[in-house]
Amino acid sequence: MSYIIDRRLNGKKKSTVNRQRFLRRYKAHIKKAVGDAMNNRSIMDMDKGERISIPTRDINEPLLSHGTGGHIEHILPGNREFTTGDRIPRQGQSGGDNGSGASDSGEGVDEFVFQISQEEFLNFMFEGLQLPNMVKQQLAGNTAFRVIRAGISNEGTPGRLNVIRSLRAAHARRIALTSSKRRKLRVLETALAQEEKKDLALRDQRQIEALKSDISELRKRIGRVPFLDDFDLKYNLLIRQPKPRSRAVMFCLMDVSGSMNQATKDMAKRFFLLLYLFLQRSYEYTEVVFIRHHTSAKEVDEEEFFYSRETGGTIVSSALKLMRRIMHERYPDSEWNIYGAQASDGDNWNDDSSTCHKILIDDIMPHVQYYSYVEITPRDHQALWDEYESVRTLFPSHFAMEQIVGVQDIYPVFRQLFSQKGTARC
Amino acid sequence: MLDTYANSSDSPKSDSQGPISTTSEWTFELIQQYDRVIGELAGEFGLDTYPNQIEVISSEQMMDAYSSVGMPVGYHHWSYGKQFISVENSYQRGMMGLAYEIVINANPCIAYLMEENTMTMQALVIAHAAYGHNSFFKGNYLFRAWTDASSIIDYLIFAKNYISRCEERYGLDKVEGILDSCHALMNYGVDRYKRPYPISAVEEERQQQEREEYRQRQLNDLWRTIPKLGEGTESTKKKRFPEEPQENILYFIEKNAPLLENWQRELVRIVRKLAQYFYPQRQTQVMNEGWATFWHYTLLTELYRRGRVTEGFMMEFLQSHTNVIYQPGFDNPLYSGINPYTLGFSIFSDLRRICENPTKEDQRWFPDIAGSSWRETLQFAMRDFKDESFILQFLSPKVMRDMKLFCISDNDKEKDIIVSAIHDECGYRQLRENLAGQYNLGNREPNIQVYAVDTRGDRSLTLHHTQYQRRPLGKDTAEVLRHLHRLWGFEVHLNSHNGKEITASYHCPEQGRDRQESEEEPMLIPKPI
Repeated sequence: MSYIIDRRLNGKKKSTVNRQRFLRRYKAHIKKAVGDAMNNRSIMDMDKGERISIPTRDINEPLLSHGTGGHIEHILPGNREFTTGDRIPRQGQSGGDNGSGASDSGEGVDEFVFQISQEEFLNFMFEGLQLPNMVKQQLAGNTAFRVIRAGISNEGTPGRLNVIRSLRAAHARRIALTSSKRRKLRVLETALAQEEKKDLALRDQRQIEALKSDISELRKRIGRVPFLDDFDLKYNLLIRQPKPRSRAVMFCLMDVSGSMNQATKDMAKRFFLLLYLFLQRSYEYTEVVFIRHHTSAKEVDEEEFFYSRETGGTIVSSALKLMRRIMHERYPDSEWNIYGAQASDGDNWNDDSSTCHKILIDDIMPHVQYYSYVEITPRDHQALWDEYESVRTLFPSHFAMEQIVGVQDIYPVFRQLFSQKGTARC
Repeated sequence: MLDTYANSSDSPKSDSQGPISTTSEWTFELIQQYDRVIGELAGEFGLDTYPNQIEVISSEQMMDAYSSVGMPVGYHHWSYGKQFISVENSYQRGMMGLAYEIVINANPCIAYLMEENTMTMQALVIAHAAYGHNSFFKGNYLFRAWTDASSIIDYLIFAKNYISRCEERYGLDKVEGILDSCHALMNYGVDRYKRPYPISAVEEERQQQEREEYRQRQLNDLWRTIPKLGEGTESTKKKRFPEEPQENILYFIEKNAPLLENWQRELVRIVRKLAQYFYPQRQTQVMNEGWATFWHYTLLTELYRRGRVTEGFMMEFLQSHTNVIYQPGFDNPLYSGINPYTLGFSIFSDLRRICENPTKEDQRWFPDIAGSSWRETLQFAMRDFKDESFILQFLSPKVMRDMKLFCISDNDKEKDIIVSAIHDECGYRQLRENLAGQYNLGNREPNIQVYAVDTRGDRSLTLHHTQYQRRPLGKDTAEVLRHLHRLWGFEVHLNSHNGKEITASYHCPEQGRDRQESEEEPMLIPKPI
């Protein structure tokens, strides 16, 4: 007797939990690999999955086994030239030791290598990070609704009828409306029973008749209580709830003056990209505005932002002014979460730094959720850094600045800027 | 949704002769027909089987099954995740094909077919798993005595639920820690001589509660430190604990570890039960695979002889079959030990030859079975042996010659490795003995037993390793000892004995590292009385 069963439609992700357990256990390793990957990857595939490798010895499951040494007799197949008594000189590690221990690991490699998906990669990448000041999530003009259940109501369309609740209500009503009658009925029935138990001669036939008619009258009245009445009907209530839709705009400001070379721009781009990926995870809808500047600022598209070359002096305030204008025109802070990220090598026209300070404090900082400034330079700071530092003292929770020297600093600096800072601030 | 195709006996085609199928596409009807025909044939050959439950699954599901040691349900543990990831990786990179089949020793016997396979492969798997392995599970004495096919799935469900309840209550990390430690000692959680008592899941749950109370009472008794009245006279005669060395370390832990909570003891028990369930499989690998391979070969060639399968079918079948029993030589880069399929298949096939066409040599080596009925002889060989005794009994000179077996002796006291026997008249016996020894679990795993517990002192646990041919313990030993320490809760010592002499000692927590050799050790070993 055999049964043949098609199980192909059953779930196939049975091992997901176990896989998750594994990732959880080796979080530290994976995080490190993710961090390394961030620094080594080309910019375009920042957000792909990643091959993770963990040293085999770290994930080894120890078992008691024989070590090398002692006297071992081994049977091997495929003899061609040996006869009894032949002596084979030892040459380091030969056949002898791979028999006992190594066989269970299969491939016998030193690294356990596996792939994590893009989502897992991003999870590890941004784990423990938090966008500061996410509180302002405004209802946008074209509010979206979602339909949620909101209990039970007495009115509704037949399609939403809640059968169980309706029958329960009907049952309760029937009990309530008939209880006094049923009590009377019980009294009459016991009276009738007693009467009928009496000896035939002693029976009062008239009383029996009266009782019987009373009883049937009561039964009729009880029967007239309807099984289901209009007001028993209950309906599932669904209501539309406005859905807060969060949108964010990210301003990328980059200095493209002559002093910024390709390597520096590359680093800036990595930083912006990280920030962009991060914003995308936190907000449903993210826009990016690219502003580049030398002596004058210009809004450009992504391609131009990263790849076109220009030279000239540097006036940072031009970019800030442009940002201020775009914010006013297109991104009112009542509807948008605004993030600013600025990358520069710290060079600026000398008189300009104080202007920057003023624009930031008066016009930009009050409106943005967060403003981060990275200075990509191995050299000492100049006037711009000092001015920005004074901005930071004024807006300590909304303004952050860090210095980046090489590619390997980007991810750590990013983590530092966005690491969870305990309690949320408003 | 399940589609169940019960095997109906009144199918119109049952008597039609000629090939069952001509293409390599499979359908459920064809699988059903093949199963019936193969089943009838197996019946003719006298194979006794559990009912079959043949399940068609996809390759992803096969990978899932792979990583949970083939069981349909299992508790969650990271090591299964690791297994899954590595299977998934090597499959995706094309480094390995998935096995065609997994079969579970349960009643009914569950065999998986992969949907990607051709009709030929499905028939091969049905013959191999659903009739070969199945009859082995039902017939072999180890399986009959040690595992209870009808209750294993129930027990796994109980284990899974119990462990996830523990995880909710005590946290993932704590549960995982205990399971890690138990897994490290899993091979030492086996009763080799006592038959476990089969029970169902419901029963198990009820008993589990009784056990909790009982254990606590037992423990309190063992660790009682209040002196008893009138003990003075006996105090000189300290009672040893345990009275005899214990080989089942996990069982000992479960019953006696002083600090474990009840749920932790139950986890130890679950791992121990599973180890016990897999114990016969570890002891009969060669026989089990050899038996199944012999029968898929015998059944399908018989089908061909009767004209029920086409030549194309046979070509494909033979190609897979030869792949399965391919044995690379020791100097081949592909060599990774003796292929159990090859060895088992060769022995069983040769047994049949000895019965049917005995030579002079066979008359001399196997006087009892040469010329006897091959079916009965094979049934006997399958029923009453395990790998070690099976090889010792039935490995014939012809198989040794065919496989060109030879024995090398690797003694660390000698300068060279010596070829101590080859496949010739004076080497057969030694080859056979040594090969059998290679499949003796007792030789393969270090012999480690619980030796003593210092019940009145520091509660330390001492284990003895009795060396087999002076072989020392492997490099994981200290690590495993740490796991044992986690379970025991007090100091753990392991002494490796070669005869009377202690050649190595391991301690957890580690003591002064420089003091490794034997001289200063004895103070830690409770003196036997």
